Amino acid sequence: MPNVVFKVGDDVSTDVIYPGRYMATVLPTETPQFAFADETAFNAKLKARQVPPGSVLVGGRNFGCGSSREQAVSCLKGHELIIVARSFARIFLQNAINLGLRMIVCPEIEAAEGDELELTAGAVVNKTTGRQFSVEPMPQSRQVIIDAGGLIPYTRKRLLAQAAA
Amino acid sequence: MTVVEKILARATGRPSVKAGDVLEPKVDLAMSHENAALVINQFREIYQGTPLPPRIWDARRVAVIFDHRVPAESPKTASNQKKVREFIGAQGVGKFHDIRGDVGGICHQVLPENGYVRPGYVVVGTDSHTTSHGALGAFAFGIGATEMASVWALGTVLNVEVPPTIKVIVKGRFRKFVGAKDLILHIIGRISAQGANFKVLEFHGETIRRLPTSGRLVLCNMSVEAGATAGIVPADEETARYLREEAGVTDPLEPVLPDAGANYESVLEVNVSRLEPQIACPHTVDNVKPIGQVAGTRVNQIVIGSCTNGRLDDLAVAAKILKGRKVAPGTRMLIFPASAKIFRQALGKGYIGAFMQAGAVVMNSGCGPCLGIHQGALGDGETALSTTNRNFKGRMGNPQAAVYLCSPAVAAASALTGVITDPRKS
Repeated sequence: MPNVVFKVGDDVSTDVIYPGRYMATVLPTETPQFAFADETAFNAKLKARQVPPGSVLVGGRNFGCGSSREQAVSCLKGHELIIVARSFARIFLQNAINLGLRMIVCPEIEAAEGDELELTAGAVVNKTTGRQFSVEPMPQSRQVIIDAGGLIPYTRKRLLAQAAA
Repeated sequence: MTVVEKILARATGRPSVKAGDVLEPKVDLAMSHENAALVINQFREIYQGTPLPPRIWDARRVAVIFDHRVPAESPKTASNQKKVREFIGAQGVGKFHDIRGDVGGICHQVLPENGYVRPGYVVVGTDSHTTSHGALGAFAFGIGATEMASVWALGTVLNVEVPPTIKVIVKGRFRKFVGAKDLILHIIGRISAQGANFKVLEFHGETIRRLPTSGRLVLCNMSVEAGATAGIVPADEETARYLREEAGVTDPLEPVLPDAGANYESVLEVNVSRLEPQIACPHTVDNVKPIGQVAGTRVNQIVIGSCTNGRLDDLAVAAKILKGRKVAPGTRMLIFPASAKIFRQALGKGYIGAFMQAGAVVMNSGCGPCLGIHQGALGDGETALSTTNRNFKGRMGNPQAAVYLCSPAVAAASALTGVITDPRKS
């Protein structure tokens, strides 16, 4: 079961997740080094590969607000983090779906760094505190993109169907 | 139906749609800036393993404007820009605005001033402030680079959920040195940075009808700072005037207006007649206070410009305040007009000379210091007062610095004193 490796508050912007000064870097293979670049201790842990893939980052409300920069998603996906937040800003949420970053909308989540979480389809169970929090299901319109493996394969399928018609 | 519902019904060929419906609207205009470099990668990836050639669905409906890092700050950016130039040349994209003193500028000014956006359009852009274009009665929203690649391939946006709409009714006359920026900061402070997440702000009322397009662009630009998918002002005589007189549009306009019985999620009423100049304090845009509560705060750098407040009327009010006076010692003032056209107009009117005489540095049109990539970074512990739209931690390139947001009048008055200053008292 995954542990919470980093916890942030409400309204964490994409400027905090991926500072603007690194925006010229676009390749998903290169963006992960700048994830939370100004949160130097966490960034150092990520770069030193001390964060196991599948670890959880817990966010508050409106996680990922601000810029539409997709690097803010690809940099987290590169470390295979799972984002559990009370709510997400619209563009960040859509970018996460499109790129296949795993995220869970959990409106009441309470967890501290180090806590162990069990992630099930309908709930997040905090094994450390023994509390359970319900999860908001993804609407079908977004789930189909997740199930297709992201927007690129989803669009490719549509394009081929269009060409065949 | 609301304006956005009507636009989406039209863009999908349906008689009616309602909030929550999932649609695939046709796109009238798809805008990118330097991040087209990433869009190109994703676009090519879509075609991997298919027999189809990667071709933009309709090159006439694509616009690319270089503004985020102009002129390039690094070899990496310059190489990205070169790659974009070559790609869109090969694809035949005509609405391309390179780094130039005749047609260049910030995307959210270049699009309106060239008449690329019309009432009723569906506009998407790989920039969160694409909401700006709601000022012309279009449904305009920000998307990521991969989503744009999908639009380039298909000409539609996949799986769009029709957003619910908040009706904002604004009444009253602004007092002197109070305007659109103060209004939108006040609204964001009231409903919070997430108060309109996944929703549309539709602006109505006598104050909006009197507001010129430049001011409407400010409201819609910053709607995203309340989390809104889009801000929109239903098109009216002013929209037509702007498009005819300032953007040179000659073909017929098809304004889309809301039905009398449109279904709004909620209604927000604002009276501006007693509104004070508003300041967004560090480090969130919804941390808004009337100027009296922060007046006297020392500032090291003043910035006037951006897609929010770098237009001619913004520069006019600043020039009026600064003319014949001096920027306070120990304070730096940076001014960057929103487009090359505005720069030249400001030059003609003598504003640029007045700024320089006062001690301000006038920079080329572009995003400049707003997003901390290059130009005008802040030192550790320094404070900026800026007419831009975001004050997130690290926004101007330094997480050890603080950014306050304000109107051009407050910025100019504060430049003279070196502390946050009410322009009505200077």
